[in-house]
Amino acid sequence: MKFFSLIRSIALAALGALALTQAAWAEGEDESAWNGSIKSKFFGEQAILEDKDTIEITAPYRAEDPALVPIQVTSKFPQSQDHFIRNITVIIDNNPVPFSASFDFTPESGKADIATRMRFNAYTHVRAIALTNDGKLHMAKAFVKASGGCSAPIGTDAEAAMARMGKMKFKFDSDKATMGQPNAIQLLISHPNITGMQMDQISRIVQPAHYVTEAKVTFDGKLILGVRGDIAISADPNFRFFFTPTHAGELKAEIKDNLGNQFSASQAVSP
Amino acid sequence: MIQKLNLHLLVAASFLLGLGSTLRAETLSLKEVAPGIFVHQGIHEVPDIKNHGEIANIGFVIGERCVAVIDSGGSPDQGQQLRNAIEQRTRRPICYVINTHVHPDHIYGNKSFHHEGVRFVGHYKLAQAMALRAPYYSEMAQRELGIALSNDHFVPPDLPVQGTLDLDLGGRTLKLTAHPTAHTDNDLSVFDTQTRTLWLADLLFMGHLPVIDGSLLGWLQEIERLRHIEASQVIPGHGPVTADWPLALTGEENYLLSLAQEIRIALKSNKTIEQAMNEVGQKNRPDWQLFDAFHKRNVATAFAELEWEDESPKTIPGDTP
Repeated sequence: MKFFSLIRSIALAALGALALTQAAWAEGEDESAWNGSIKSKFFGEQAILEDKDTIEITAPYRAEDPALVPIQVTSKFPQSQDHFIRNITVIIDNNPVPFSASFDFTPESGKADIATRMRFNAYTHVRAIALTNDGKLHMAKAFVKASGGCSAPIGTDAEAAMARMGKMKFKFDSDKATMGQPNAIQLLISHPNITGMQMDQISRIVQPAHYVTEAKVTFDGKLILGVRGDIAISADPNFRFFFTPTHAGELKAEIKDNLGNQFSASQAVSP
Repeated sequence: MIQKLNLHLLVAASFLLGLGSTLRAETLSLKEVAPGIFVHQGIHEVPDIKNHGEIANIGFVIGERCVAVIDSGGSPDQGQQLRNAIEQRTRRPICYVINTHVHPDHIYGNKSFHHEGVRFVGHYKLAQAMALRAPYYSEMAQRELGIALSNDHFVPPDLPVQGTLDLDLGGRTLKLTAHPTAHTDNDLSVFDTQTRTLWLADLLFMGHLPVIDGSLLGWLQEIERLRHIEASQVIPGHGPVTADWPLALTGEENYLLSLAQEIRIALKSNKTIEQAMNEVGQKNRPDWQLFDAFHKRNVATAFAELEWEDESPKTIPGDTP
């Protein structure tokens, strides 16, 4: 009896310790990976401002599906020739590959907003670092509780995704574009975006990584959005962003993957 | 350093918890729902450190020659309890362990039955699903259930089922059907021809919100086929055993149909995945337990599937022309 109650109290103490460690994670104070190497690897010694005037990031605190976590980066001002965001880089600290994606914008983007879906492999910070045209860096971050997103099995419809690989479509909020105003668009790319971390424990075979590395959206040849992606981008990559057309023209998406496949799709834009 | 310390605490904690759990009462509540068919009804809870993932319906069927286990339990302990319960009831040997699909609450008891003469039976895609998920599942089991798993706990089927397969238990035959992608891509159902009892496992959720880990449209198509099976009673993966068949499918079907319909509308009106996750299907909340735990995830999964619906030509159930 005494022995049992001793075991019980040890178990309870252990539970308490467990709860404590989880609480420490949940508070998201862990900046060690970022300060340890990630920051200097990508941004050197340059100062990074954590101001509230440039961008904000929205991510769910608890991810519903770690392989499909919606992330939104919203800019606080419109793009103009003299004040604009050149690039937004998204870093997920505790993912096997922290570099998740990088988005290039131009004044023609209208607004440097980007929304996409990402895989999270751990309880971790996700950071967006914006480079403004004056060369300064601005960061916004959020904490996400998720795990296993990179090694989680790719969608069970992977065969379907593979069969339609390279298909792309643009979606607009309305049939007509509004000239001179930022218009919301969505680019949907069908691609399995395999992380290379989905290991078959029995055969020890890893499904080789196969993912979109580059996407470029142009309007009449001018860059609207440039994407460099890595394995954190969810299967069937989806990007929501803006562009400001000033005339009728052609919107074009060109993508490349790490195995050298290239795909493109175009769509006419009219007022 | 901090991470390392955390890891040590976790290992210590889970070791102690594991030790603690062997002290729990080792009886499993079981009901004989038809002659020779025993079911332990699970509880509608999210798997956690208190319930150790022991939440699903599990059980066994006794034939004149031997016994078939249907789903081995949500933890190694529960697997052992199930084995003890079988040995208390019959001296006939266990000859088959049927895993209805890859989810942890249905397979984590496998190791307790892994002995000479016992064949493991599952959908032909189950072995691959287990292999792909084992590392991720083990990590989750450690963190969320407080149980340490090794690769030995994932016993893949040595008798894979493609199409259908009959298992003879002596005097009674179990008809196994491997289904196309629905709840998961490796769903298997079991039909006892003697009593016309249909063990649907997670192809049927009652009370517990259905969880989509395969295909929303695939599941709806499968429901259309299932309803024509002439069964005297059905055993869901979560919820009570019922003779109310095929009416028992109604709740699940309505939920899945409402997801499909509302997500199609959301896609047509260019709603984002975030908006859909917040808005779609909320009217179903009062009808289900664990709605908040799984609904948004269902919406996200289904949204990503339906986004490409027009590119994958299939007949679409519930589509209003």
